[in-house]
Amino acid sequence: MPATTAPGNFDVAVIGGGMIGPAVSLGLLERGLKVCILDEGDDVLRVARGNFGLVWFQGKGFGMPRYVEWSRMSATLYPAFAAELKSYTGVDVGHAQPGGLELLLGEEELAHRRHFIGQIYQQGGGKEYEVEFLDRKQVEDMLPGVGLGDDVVGASYSPVDGHVNPLFLLRAMHTRFQQAGGTYLPHHRVSAVKKNGAAYDLITEAGTVSAPKVVIAAGHGLKQLGPPLGLDIPIRPQRGHILVTERTKPILPMPMSAFRQTVEGSIMLGVSAEEAGYNDQVDTGTVAKIAERAARTIPALRELNVVRTWAALRVLTPDKCPVYAESKSHPGVYAIASHSGVTLAAVNAKVASGWIAGDPAPEQFEAFGVERFDAQKTA
Amino acid sequence: MLKRRHNDGKVVTITVDGETVEARAGESVAAAVLAHTEGATRTTPVSGAPRAPYCMMGVCFECLMEIDGQPNRQGCMVRVTDGMSVRRQQGARDMETSS
Repeated sequence: MPATTAPGNFDVAVIGGGMIGPAVSLGLLERGLKVCILDEGDDVLRVARGNFGLVWFQGKGFGMPRYVEWSRMSATLYPAFAAELKSYTGVDVGHAQPGGLELLLGEEELAHRRHFIGQIYQQGGGKEYEVEFLDRKQVEDMLPGVGLGDDVVGASYSPVDGHVNPLFLLRAMHTRFQQAGGTYLPHHRVSAVKKNGAAYDLITEAGTVSAPKVVIAAGHGLKQLGPPLGLDIPIRPQRGHILVTERTKPILPMPMSAFRQTVEGSIMLGVSAEEAGYNDQVDTGTVAKIAERAARTIPALRELNVVRTWAALRVLTPDKCPVYAESKSHPGVYAIASHSGVTLAAVNAKVASGWIAGDPAPEQFEAFGVERFDAQKTA
Repeated sequence: MLKRRHNDGKVVTITVDGETVEARAGESVAAAVLAHTEGATRTTPVSGAPRAPYCMMGVCFECLMEIDGQPNRQGCMVRVTDGMSVRRQQGARDMETSS
């Protein structure tokens, strides 16, 4: 059902009702701005419905120390953000920050991980980086009763890592958005954004919405919306699979990158990465590979029934780091793109929103700009 | 209490939570338990609410029981066999991590 065409006088029109749009919008509303979210229907890709639910720090930000800091900041802001959502909406997003492990199978994986994490540390210029390596015995002590597979040689560990229920997070943000006076416009697929005096007109089948500032948080939709607005950002879809087991008694005390147990007891298994274009169908071969690795890591998982599988399409930039950019040709039009919408929700709500509202940009924020891709093109 | 409409099948013996129960060859575990007893056949993993078989066709997962030592099986999708051991599923299953 097309919503009635929105009243005008919005300060900011946000395109996209996934993980990023609502998070940023919450911060804009807090700053007293009038905000609308233009969303599509349920017949689109909806990558924000397919998340694993990690609030993850270790291993993020290879090649971009600013992204390491940004992820840490979001993890730090998360407890208060989750508590605030709960107090306003009653929705418990199930956030916990017990630390996280990446379990490593075989010496080669361990060496590769050590090298990778070591490089991120060095890129940070020797600043504190809260990731350490544990040997098998230390991992066993951290996971009493879990029973590791013979191939597990150790793990990288960060106390900053955590997890959240991504569907409750999405629901809580949407509920809070409308509660705080935001205007949610479903079935408003934006076909074009046109300059009209001091504002921009967002053209949709359900009518035109105008605002002086526009945030494109449209996931893969940026590919089509961005270029005419000077935001030709080379994002691509990367498919990932998730398996969910039946519920069991609590056994995993912390998320382990590819595994996490939810508050309700399900164990989620991930996470693959395939180049499959916009095909988000489940591939049974990939599901089998995920299950096999899970069973090698924690053999008892073999006994559990898998009750659901799905695939979703990450919004991936060439360097896997997020984009926060304002158009040079169309000032007031911003693009945000990232495959870490869950991890970054807190910092998007509390900090990135200020940048859009007109506060001075956070320090070294230009690192997230699009110029880095121009350099890659000419390189 | 539910009653069998046809009672002419071959009798097989199963145990339900250790109690010996007569069932009929060809019927499902869920049917055999419903014919034997009223009340819940499991409790849910999250709230502990009591539940009993509902759809009887493999869709609703309300009939989960432990069958021959295997937890969380759908009672309506498994036929009884002589000597079968059935237990009500109490909340979330364990993960056997002794291996």
